[in-house]
Amino acid sequence: MSAKEIGQGKFSLKRLSVYIVLIIGSIVSLFPFYYMFVMSTRLNNEINSVPPPFTPGDDLVNNFQKVLSNIDFFGAMGNSFFVSTSITVGALFLCSLAGYAFAKLQFKGKNILFVMILVTMMVPPQLGLIPQYYIITTLGWLNDFKALIIPGLVNAFGIFWMRQYIEDGVPYEIIEAAKIDGCSNFRIYWNVVVPMILPAFATLGIIVFMQVWNDFLWPLVVLRDPAVHTLQVALRALNDARQMDYGMIMSGTFWATVPLVFVFLLFNRLFIQSLSEGAVK
Amino acid sequence: MKSSTTSKRLTDKTRTSIAAYFFISPFFILYAIFGLFPMVFSFYLSFFRWDGLQPMVYNGLENFKFIFSDPIFYASIQNTFIIGILGTLPQILVAIAIAFALNSSLIRFRNTFRTLIFLPYITSIVAVAIIFGLVFNNQPFGFVNYILSVFDIAPIRWDGEYWPVKIAIATMVFWRWIGYNTIIFLAGMQSIPKELYEAAKIDGATVGQQIRLITMPMLKPIVMFVVFTATIGSLQLFTEPLIFLGRGLREEGITVVAYLWRDAFVYNTFGTASAAAIVLFVIIITLTGINVALSSLIGRTKRKPI
Repeated sequence: MSAKEIGQGKFSLKRLSVYIVLIIGSIVSLFPFYYMFVMSTRLNNEINSVPPPFTPGDDLVNNFQKVLSNIDFFGAMGNSFFVSTSITVGALFLCSLAGYAFAKLQFKGKNILFVMILVTMMVPPQLGLIPQYYIITTLGWLNDFKALIIPGLVNAFGIFWMRQYIEDGVPYEIIEAAKIDGCSNFRIYWNVVVPMILPAFATLGIIVFMQVWNDFLWPLVVLRDPAVHTLQVALRALNDARQMDYGMIMSGTFWATVPLVFVFLLFNRLFIQSLSEGAVK
Repeated sequence: MKSSTTSKRLTDKTRTSIAAYFFISPFFILYAIFGLFPMVFSFYLSFFRWDGLQPMVYNGLENFKFIFSDPIFYASIQNTFIIGILGTLPQILVAIAIAFALNSSLIRFRNTFRTLIFLPYITSIVAVAIIFGLVFNNQPFGFVNYILSVFDIAPIRWDGEYWPVKIAIATMVFWRWIGYNTIIFLAGMQSIPKELYEAAKIDGATVGQQIRLITMPMLKPIVMFVVFTATIGSLQLFTEPLIFLGRGLREEGITVVAYLWRDAFVYNTFGTASAAAIVLFVIIITLTGINVALSSLIGRTKRKPI
């Protein structure tokens, strides 16, 4: 929008350079996806030849069958789905509840507590990795999804995001009215606030789901047994196999990426909008 | 009668407070257990020798002495910084350029371009590292080596030489995050009021002046945000080197988090791993301090010159 005012003079030259930047950017973004797809349809000896193939072959199914014989692909996908869904549902509930408290309820120490939450966002969780692992083993949660789900419910960004949304999106009058009707604070949250912030659930939900789905270090540490591997850990196992069958590895990677691309394309506007809102605020 | 209504008022206020504390308590309880306590316990552990099974043995400063006499630890710090800078600095500049292009009203298909450029962000880092592992394969059939061979350049050992390893990993970082940062910059540019440009035009400002005096200053907080998140993100680099280099994690590409992961979960030396975590902690605190100082400095000088 602003560039219209800027670029009015040299109209076509400016337009051409803008298109060149965007087209090159798009090709660079898309090429690795295409390359992955091509390799997932080729046999290893084709990939190992010079020049390497640049067009799809016909071993898409063949390669995926090899994936299935090496790792429990659908099992891992199910695990990823279960963990991501559990964390998303739990985190949405806890974040909106806390966000509601910070946005609309009065209590002592509100500001300082909120700042504390923001500060935790700046500290990478890896710093406590070893004691975290120790806690999980002590609790007997090794190879248990609880090890992912319970710590995964801690989401400072989500609380911050929900607070912003509820502050702007839910008028005080409605809460006051509900209070006069004798609703408890939780009833107000559940019956008044939640129905008004459903779009926020959708957008934050996609962000959380994607982050959990793609998480790698923590699942790698606490999920040792292949039966509980998430997709990312299983892909790593596939990649570490003794004999490097690139067609097979790329096939596993391709099919692990496809569902997310679809989900993204369905929700992409919501998703991009909510990510940028989080930053600009 | 009267007293009962006042007491009801009071309890109403207290009840709200209690409810509020109750609503925010899950975060603080869970963070205390899985975030704060482990961090504090890392300090404690860094003074002990421990293999994760036998009882811990007090070790004084031996863990720190060990990692500081380990050339690989220095290499891991150096690698983290070099890869971080290579992966994020060009990325931020290119992201601003793409955001600027996306913000132009001269183009059609803006949403399509935006979606395409954002797409890499949704792929997992594991997938990115696997794909780029083949793109940067050592053999002549690796994509980059093949392209180089067209120009008569001999194949490069991407996973075993000083600069190639870093360039390969930095490329992965660049590719996955550029779309995200572009979207952030774009949102920042769109939040600049149009009136500013109109007023500048009336005053006779040129295009260059508009970019320099309106776009860039207004974008400063966003740039600071991106630099800050990119810095913290770079210091956490782990997945790319692990997948690209395998469990061996060669010296040319190992990062600090990868170093501490390997100490803990491959060598079972939890003490030295904790010591490495503490060093990383100090680095992060220092860089955060520098970031905060810089941003307040830039924030102040912003208003002075025109």
